[in-house]
Amino acid sequence: MERINSANELEALRKSILSSRDTNKPCITICSGSACHASGSKEVASRIEEEIANQGLSGTVDVRKTGCHGFCEKGPIIVIHPEKICYFQIKPEDVSEIVTETIIGKKIIERLLYTDPATNEKIVYESEIPFYKNQERLVFGSNGSIDPKNLDDYLAIGGYSALAKALFQMTPGQVVEEVKKSNLRGRGGGGFPAGSKWEGSRNAPGDIKYVIVNADEGDPGAYMDRSLLEGNPHSVLEGLTIGAYAVGSHEGYIYVRQEYPLAVENVTTAIKQAQEYGLLGKNILGSGFDFTVKVHMGAGAFVCGESTALMTALEGRAGEPRPKYIRSNVKGLWNRPSVLNNVETWSNVPLIINNGADWFTKLGTESSKGTKIFSVVGKINNTGLVEVPMGMTLRDIIYKIGGGIPGGKKFKAVQTGGPSGGCLPEELLDLQVGFDELTKAGSMMGSGGMIVLDEDTCMVDVARYFLEFLTDESCGKCVPCREGIRQMLQTLTKITQGKGKEGDIELLEELAETAREAALCALGKSAPNPFLSTLKYFRNEYEAHIKEKRCPALSCKELIAFYIDPKKCQACTTCARKCPSNAIIGGKNLIHMVDQEKCTKCGTCFEVCPPRFSAVKKISGEPVPDPIPEEARIIVRGGKKNE
Amino acid sequence: MSDIVLQIDGVEVAAKEGMTVLEAAQKAGIYIPTLCHHEKLEPYGACRLCLVELESRGRSRLVVSCLYPVEKGLVVKTRSEKVDRVRKMILELLLSHAPDAFELQDLAKEYGADKYRFEKEPSFCVHCGLCVRYCAEVKKKEAIGFVNRGTKREISFIPEIASKECWNCKECFPLCPTEALQAAFVLAKALSFPSTEHAPAE
Ligand SMILES: Cc1cc2nc3c(=O)[nH]c(=O)nc-3n(C[C@H](O)[C@H](O)[C@H](O)COP(=O)(O)O)c2cc1C
Ligand code: SF4
Ligand code: SF4
Ligand code: SF4
Ligand code: FES
Ligand code: FES
Repeated sequence: MERINSANELEALRKSILSSRDTNKPCITICSGSACHASGSKEVASRIEEEIANQGLSGTVDVRKTGCHGFCEKGPIIVIHPEKICYFQIKPEDVSEIVTETIIGKKIIERLLYTDPATNEKIVYESEIPFYKNQERLVFGSNGSIDPKNLDDYLAIGGYSALAKALFQMTPGQVVEEVKKSNLRGRGGGGFPAGSKWEGSRNAPGDIKYVIVNADEGDPGAYMDRSLLEGNPHSVLEGLTIGAYAVGSHEGYIYVRQEYPLAVENVTTAIKQAQEYGLLGKNILGSGFDFTVKVHMGAGAFVCGESTALMTALEGRAGEPRPKYIRSNVKGLWNRPSVLNNVETWSNVPLIINNGADWFTKLGTESSKGTKIFSVVGKINNTGLVEVPMGMTLRDIIYKIGGGIPGGKKFKAVQTGGPSGGCLPEELLDLQVGFDELTKAGSMMGSGGMIVLDEDTCMVDVARYFLEFLTDESCGKCVPCREGIRQMLQTLTKITQGKGKEGDIELLEELAETAREAALCALGKSAPNPFLSTLKYFRNEYEAHIKEKRCPALSCKELIAFYIDPKKCQACTTCARKCPSNAIIGGKNLIHMVDQEKCTKCGTCFEVCPPRFSAVKKISGEPVPDPIPEEARIIVRGGKKNE
Repeated sequence: MSDIVLQIDGVEVAAKEGMTVLEAAQKAGIYIPTLCHHEKLEPYGACRLCLVELESRGRSRLVVSCLYPVEKGLVVKTRSEKVDRVRKMILELLLSHAPDAFELQDLAKEYGADKYRFEKEPSFCVHCGLCVRYCAEVKKKEAIGFVNRGTKREISFIPEIASKECWNCKECFPLCPTEALQAAFVLAKALSFPSTEHAPAE
């Protein structure tokens, strides 16, 4: 590849790529994101290539391995262009049929289509599937159509035109102004306005400045940054380069966790290609602007995502937060002005430069503009990555896109913002998602994790779970976090074990205040959130555990018991056979009973008891009824009376 | 360098650019409790005992004075209802590990901290990091460091270095506010470099 030396040459190259591509030529795209890899997309892809060759179609059908499409639950996903026919959960065995029937025969294979669970109808096109239909995939949308390892694919969809525009038509100051005007707020944590952060760095004294991509992404269950970096690395690089130009930086870093090998691979390839094309390195596009990027692999501790810890780790020291009252954009990496932004934040930049701040601010709420990618997981039908305009309600995300709660269960709460976010109850389902909206409700946006919880979830236990994660992940440097969170965890654990006592809630509140007010970094400061938000909306559950030794969600093992209702038991012996601890006393024609001494509360009997009997009960906060006398346990069937 | 005037506990205090609030207070004879601070060492900000309340634009917030740089017109309170409450809790958290540390005893009295509020877990080390930082920053030996993170974090002598350096130095020993350092040294010696005890200093 020859270097591109001007904006005109870039446009010429783009035209030649587009004209060499026939938009009517069939193309099979297959998702090769991490989640789909795990469910076998690699094998499917190689089968497709084989099959194309075997059927003599080489050269007439393109195959493209793309990044994540978002609907990982239904992966591996195939989209057949130009019609955009979508097939889900493809197995290698399906491939030859797809090629013969759909590619050659232009027929649709019903069984591979998406079935709308609401209407039971089959849906052919991506744009009509509710999961996609209700999204606004500005940042994430191209993931499904480009091969991340092929820069030409990115150029074909207009890639690097924003960089050319910034370099040749705008001054650095104008770029900062545009980003400020767009009110782009950080997608990785606190929602700090990116433009102000850039401006601070731009104005800070010093010739050497840095721009950094935070791709540490430690929130359990969240993977939007990984997917973007894997699926569209050039959009992150383009945004980063524009940022570097704006603040006057010539060196950039991508801090990505080692556990994301595909992201590391794809972004490394992307950097190499961009350098070859003259889109990175010296004299970018002939503009005179120099900028290089290095990839740094992090060891993957949650706290390393915190900005000062990340910079300390980049400097080659232990990734611990540093106490600072001077912002990193003025004194950051090696004490030089450093702009750190999240992967998704950087990815938004080319869109803003290309389309303008006014276009960007048309989407969103008063104070949160643009879109946000959420990782929707938990008790929800359609788990996956969704990108929606800011201001969409939680209800629309969970029901319209997420398809609601499985198994006919009731929605209980949604946990947003990662481990130190908060839980929002049903009454707040109509809350619009936005940075300030979520914070005001006692939760936060964080990096966009969204865990849906159903009626079987105990909220005290949820708080305990997140605090456990945070105690493990705390760096242990400062007292309020290391000791305070540990004490909170111990108290919460006791409550879930039925050992809670009067005064525990107040003690927890006091510990929460200490961490929030006095911890060194945001991990400790926000660690009390899971407790505070669950207490705010589910105080009754805390009180039930402490005062009545009852778990209202029937979830805390120490507080529940399994009991077989003698009036309902039909002596089918299923539970007795399945109980792993032989805790069920029964027999043919004998009403079964749970031996409470032996029962480990695994819940197997509850699950296996046939629904038409529903004889097994979960109880909490009430004594287990006494066993019925031996003679009354005999069941007499068929109307024969034994009098 | 221009003098900066700020207010600490209602008293006007003059300070120099680049000083911390703690230094300014100490210079003016105003006492702020500290545990992890040492004039010879880089500021660390781990114990959080030195926190003070700042007022700016009608809002108040807590900051740690050993790190916060002085600013013109800053209004600082070294004691307030909130400072005292949080400081008391921090003391109580520390006392569960080192119930008999002298420095903590006196402060506990002052702030009404109950040393039995939390279950006793005498690990003695209060993670002030004085030993670790002294060895690294002043002696440049790094014979002792922190290992693990979170609640598992603890100090550890690096046997290869400690066996050579510590015997003739021990300068960090008097810095430790608890008995943890001595104990850790004795243990490390017994386990990792027992023979060096009798070895003459070449
Ligand atoms: C404990 C902790 C973990 C964090 N992890 C991440 C992370 O994985 N990715 C990320 O982008 N930001 C993370 N952050 C937020 C960063 O500190 C920082 O605010 C952010 O990267 C700035 O970029 P943004 O303004 O574009 O969001 C974390 C913060 C804390 C306190
Ligand atoms: S708040 Fe927690 S993670 Fe942050 S510095 Fe303190 S101990 Fe470390
Ligand atoms: S809960 Fe588990 S251990 Fe207890 S009786 Fe049922 S199956 Fe057996
Ligand atoms: S051993 Fe002593 S000096 Fe070292 S960190 Fe622990 S308490 Fe501080
Ligand atoms: S990885 Fe394939 S859809 Fe997400
Ligand atoms: S003395 Fe300031 S935090 Fe320890």
